[in-house]
Amino acid sequence: MEVLLAIVIGLLYAAGVYLLLRRSIVKLILGIMFFSHATNLLIFVAGGLHKGQPQFASDGLTAVSANPTDPLPQALILTAIVIGFGITAFFLALMYRFYQATGTEDLDELKEGENK
Amino acid sequence: MILPALPILIPLLTIIFLLFNFQRREWQPWIGLTGAMLQLVVSVLLALRVKSQGILVLNTGNWEAPFGITLVVDAFSSIMLVLAGIIAVSVSIYSIDAIDRQRQSFFYFPMVHGLLMGVNGAFVTGDIFNLYVWFEVMLTASFVLITLGGEKKQLNGAIKYVSINLVSSLFFLAGIGLLYGKTGTLNMADLALKLSLADNNVLMNTSAVLFFVAFSIKAAVFPFFFWLPASYHTPPVAITALFAGLLTKVGVYAMIRFYTLFFVQDKLFWHPLFLWIGGFTMVIGVLTAASQYDIRKILSFHIISQIGYMIMGLGIFTVAGIAGAIFYMAHNIIAKTNTFLVAGLINRVTGSYDLKKIGGLYKIRPWLSILFIIPAFGLAGIPPLSGFFGKLILISAGFNAGEYVISFIALAVGLFTLFSMVKIWNEAFWKPRPEGLSPYEGENENLPVSMVIPVVILGLITLTMGLAVKPILEIAMNAAGQLLDPKIYIQAVMGS
Amino acid sequence: MKSYIVQLAAARLLPVTLILSMLVFYRGHNDPGGGFIGGLMASAGFIFYAMAFDTREAEKKLRVSPLMLIVAGLSFAFISTLPSLFAGNPFFTGEWVSLSIPLLGKLKLGTPLLFDFGVYLTVWGVIVTIIFNVMEE
Repeated sequence: MEVLLAIVIGLLYAAGVYLLLRRSIVKLILGIMFFSHATNLLIFVAGGLHKGQPQFASDGLTAVSANPTDPLPQALILTAIVIGFGITAFFLALMYRFYQATGTEDLDELKEGENK
Repeated sequence: MILPALPILIPLLTIIFLLFNFQRREWQPWIGLTGAMLQLVVSVLLALRVKSQGILVLNTGNWEAPFGITLVVDAFSSIMLVLAGIIAVSVSIYSIDAIDRQRQSFFYFPMVHGLLMGVNGAFVTGDIFNLYVWFEVMLTASFVLITLGGEKKQLNGAIKYVSINLVSSLFFLAGIGLLYGKTGTLNMADLALKLSLADNNVLMNTSAVLFFVAFSIKAAVFPFFFWLPASYHTPPVAITALFAGLLTKVGVYAMIRFYTLFFVQDKLFWHPLFLWIGGFTMVIGVLTAASQYDIRKILSFHIISQIGYMIMGLGIFTVAGIAGAIFYMAHNIIAKTNTFLVAGLINRVTGSYDLKKIGGLYKIRPWLSILFIIPAFGLAGIPPLSGFFGKLILISAGFNAGEYVISFIALAVGLFTLFSMVKIWNEAFWKPRPEGLSPYEGENENLPVSMVIPVVILGLITLTMGLAVKPILEIAMNAAGQLLDPKIYIQAVMGS
Repeated sequence: MKSYIVQLAAARLLPVTLILSMLVFYRGHNDPGGGFIGGLMASAGFIFYAMAFDTREAEKKLRVSPLMLIVAGLSFAFISTLPSLFAGNPFFTGEWVSLSIPLLGKLKLGTPLLFDFGVYLTVWGVIVTIIFNVMEE
């Protein structure tokens, strides 16, 4: 499972970097989203994976299982997702305004706009 | 014991009040100013408390130290909090007239306080994930501030600013994830304890590098500085002044905190690296500044060059070096904000930031030139002003530690800084007004008092810092001593 | 998209989503759910309403301005930190009271619930503000 997720994380990072280097702002935003998902998965894997062993004792049992899953990484990821969600919404709105103002979503146009 | 949480709660309360009275436009600046003043008062109280009682620790939610979020205020954070309070007050006063009504009615003041909440949160937290959250709070507020008004130029700069800062946050987050996977803790003191026991591990170095890249981007350190001059000159100058004073310094703060508290195992690798990077940051920032003709762009490049001095202090890694970095940060936050505010005044008189289009200001506004000279020559390091002593402490610390190359670079860069400041002085104030231009827009108008007051206050602080070096240096030395002896911090947070 | 069927569905679904969102919010302390998801659900109801009619109608239906929702949410979050001070505990400590209500049994109320309600309102207000602004353009 770890190996599989590690490969997925690598792929997501690769896709994210590829998209970040594109000229279109939409793809830039998509790239950042891929990046953030890869990072969230990275935290998830780094926190340790133990299937079906919750941290809390279920009804009738007095002790948790011997090797319980750490719930904290999931809380961290949840926070990171929420933050990422807000920022992506902001970035999309920003892109929309930029498109309205300039009529383009080409990042190369930024260079020319600098001195105007 | 709520004191350590107050620097976060006061901006929050201010935001609530600002939003609640959103319809009363004329109240907004005053509520904002009151909030900023309260914040300054609280941070001074905190600093006094830290001085008398040592490190203040607050375990929020009554969770024991390594499990909950701990708020920690040590000498270093309390100095930064006071500086943030000073900047908050002066920018709030300045904004009353400097920010147009349209921006004021579009969440300007709530966002300023959101930014301050993030900055203060980053200074008081003792938990790395919480630090990430405060970074994001600060960044989100700054994203809104930099786009506020929606001019084409601003959107242009904002896209660069937003995208590069998001990538840096994700580096930071990945570093946290790996470090948590390795140590199983997020509390800084607990991390310091665990990492000092663990033998050098590959995963730890990975996250150290990830943190380094993340903070370098935030602090605009070579080779990650390019976003700063591309975006900082676009928003109104009050916003730029706020950013210039606080945002990059939070990155430096985090770097100093991390690399004195827990990433101290690999000294032979990190400290020469810091010195190299500090040197490059200084040189590149100052050289590129020399070729610019927009006042705000010159000043933006100088932010970068001055970050180099702070990184140099971290690289020297002696008590004097760190104290120099802290002193330099204090001086730089004040003087840098002030130069931007003066640039705003120049713009108010002449209607332009372009040095080619202005001139002869000394004739029509002689006292404005004095207000400019204090922070500008302070930055350049002319003797009675604070920057001279900041550089002196750093360079002598460098010589004492045997780091001759970086010390000579620091000396030379000081000279070039002087060149840039003299250039602004010559072009804007001294040379006759360019011919064939219509009279300045604001030539016969008086500058609003609210825009002059903060400049005067900050100028006086720069002067006092230069005249009262000894007590301030003692405070910085005390903070540096605490930073270099992580045991004090660990003991305060974790108990014995 | 002015379809009568969609409008009818949106008008009928709005109270259902609101009640459901409160339910999800309330069970959030020990089960999946909570203020954030509840807030998202509540705003989803209004966004659907705005899609069926238009944003002006939805704002009228909301009665208070989304900004006031945010203010109320932040205030609740702030107020939830105060009881711990009066109880003499460190800042942000969760304080609980348990009420016994006839028929319903024991009801445990505490500052975490209040804080979560603040999150609920803030998320609701923020999402509605963003989406309505984008829809109006």
